[in-house]
Amino acid sequence: MSGHTFQNKAIRWIDERMPIFTVMQHSAIDYPTPKNLNYWWNFGSLALFVLVIMLMTGIFLAMSYTPHVDYAFTSVERIMRDVNYGWLLRYLHMNGASMFFIVVYIHIFRGLYYGSYKAPRELLWWLGIVILLVMMATAFMGYVLPWGQMSFWGATVITNLFSAIPLVGEDIVTWLWGGFSVDNPTLNRFFALHYLLPFVLVAVVFLHLWALHTTKSGNPLGIDVKGPQDTIPFHPYYTIKDLFGVGVFLLFYLFFVFYAPNFFGEPDNYIPANPLVTPPHIVPEWYFLPFYAILRAVPDKLGGVVLMFGSILILFALPWLDRSRVRSARFRPIYKQVFWLFLIDCIVLGYIGAKPPEGAFITIGRIATAYYFAHFLIVMPLLGRLEKPRPVPQSISAPVLKPAAATAQMEKV
Amino acid sequence: MRKFIIGTLAAAGMAASTAALAAGGDQQITDVDWSWEGIFGSYDHAQLRRGFQVYREICGNCHSMNLIYYRNLQQIGLTEDQVKEVAAEKEVEDGPNDDGEMFMRPALPSDHFVAPFPNDQAARVANNGALPPDLSLMTKARLKGPDYVYSLMTGYQDPPEGVEVAEGMNYNVAFPGHQIAMAPQIFDEMVTYEDGTQATADQITKDVVAFLNWAAEPELEQRKSMGLKTMLFLIVLTAMFFALKRRIWAAVH
Repeated sequence: MSGHTFQNKAIRWIDERMPIFTVMQHSAIDYPTPKNLNYWWNFGSLALFVLVIMLMTGIFLAMSYTPHVDYAFTSVERIMRDVNYGWLLRYLHMNGASMFFIVVYIHIFRGLYYGSYKAPRELLWWLGIVILLVMMATAFMGYVLPWGQMSFWGATVITNLFSAIPLVGEDIVTWLWGGFSVDNPTLNRFFALHYLLPFVLVAVVFLHLWALHTTKSGNPLGIDVKGPQDTIPFHPYYTIKDLFGVGVFLLFYLFFVFYAPNFFGEPDNYIPANPLVTPPHIVPEWYFLPFYAILRAVPDKLGGVVLMFGSILILFALPWLDRSRVRSARFRPIYKQVFWLFLIDCIVLGYIGAKPPEGAFITIGRIATAYYFAHFLIVMPLLGRLEKPRPVPQSISAPVLKPAAATAQMEKV
Repeated sequence: MRKFIIGTLAAAGMAASTAALAAGGDQQITDVDWSWEGIFGSYDHAQLRRGFQVYREICGNCHSMNLIYYRNLQQIGLTEDQVKEVAAEKEVEDGPNDDGEMFMRPALPSDHFVAPFPNDQAARVANNGALPPDLSLMTKARLKGPDYVYSLMTGYQDPPEGVEVAEGMNYNVAFPGHQIAMAPQIFDEMVTYEDGTQATADQITKDVVAFLNWAAEPELEQRKSMGLKTMLFLIVLTAMFFALKRRIWAAVH
């Protein structure tokens, strides 16, 4: 934190009293970053970018939204019709939620592929899982706010999951609802929490970044930084690379906002909530579908709930379930295949989650669920023992600077 | 990149499969080419006005459009005076006045469309127990909304051999379950268009669907034109970021 002197007197005056500029210089400009990061490493900063968009659009939406069962739906339509650029704010926010999950899921699979969860980055990985859980809670409660049919029935189905808890389940559900069904108190508290949790998210993201800047970024080779020749300063190299990523991302995101704003949504949510009419098919938002499939794969309610939460909680144990000392899948010939199998399994689960639980869908859902857990509990520990990794390069700069020499080196190793 | 594409396709696939599920399989939905589809799509305002005429003369007798104000009609080309005239056809309750009495007055442009029935129960009583849904968001609240509404209005047929249609119900190929309480509503020459457009049943249906889609998405034209400008700007900006990235990184590679 020391040693940087700023030319500007005002900046120096502040910095001597609170080293905010030194910290910025240290963490956002000089911050040594591996020189070989590929574009998969863009998704972390993209996730932060989406979070900021969600916060900003959300705060302005909250100014025109009314959290009351009689007014919520019409207040959202008022935003769409009568608030200046309200439709833009709302479509940005609505599609932003889907984008947030796309970006974060890619970020997580990046971590899985390159072994980003392994020592010394276990805590960084854990904080990431906490972020995912808080995000999911926030997204779920946000989806309830427009008080359409899917809002209401989604809230009813998901909150009812807690009734599976033995003995106190029913009481917990009543407590969550603030009554004996999903009603006005439920909507009020969901709005309060939906406004609160993003700030919790900001705090955990800060911790995530703190942990990142302590252990530093991993890299596609999965080997440690050996010295300054392996790194480049964050600015301008990664600031410009991240900006380019933001540009591409915005093209993708805004295409949906402007041309297919309801692509990720359910038509049923444009029907006001009606506790007396159950929609023919209650489906959660697409980003919950794999977990919904796991929930329904088990014939027992409690079992389903345990597996569903377990499917995320198991990620906490991943740094110890994966016994391989090699981080990157690039040098793990079998894991490299297994990774894609796991990704396909997750996509199959998502597909099953959108289908009615009948016929072959049930069987496929069960097999895919079994494989999901087998991947973590059987395949990963076994691979650590059985797989013979390919030799890893000695340093980052070797293969980047002199490909031919690096290959020679690798052969020697 | 591969993973990204797969991820995107997966998300799209999930959305599409959810959608297919909601369609319920055997509904016959006709794919119509609407003027507002596509990146350059926009409303045909003459068609919207014809569609409003159809709503006013036919649909509006049973179906409310509670989210729309009379003043919104200026957006589809009615003049201020025309809007006042349309609004004044209906009466709304207002008050209390200085005597503490509620009173009826003609509707104003600042009022919502006046609903045909005072409440849902009254609507059911007048419609053989069925509730005519509000149409403000109809084309957004159904899968492939505009195509669905078009198919529904034109989808009345004699029931196939062996299909029993319940008392007071009608057979319709587009409706989920094929039995709908609403009787066929649109026939040739039901309305007389001032602009001379031939009022075939097909034309009337298309016009009213266009009007309903405008009611559900009044922001569509502004959205698409802003989208085009934004995308063009972003393409240039992103290309410049890319060029700058290549230049800055040239020394590292």
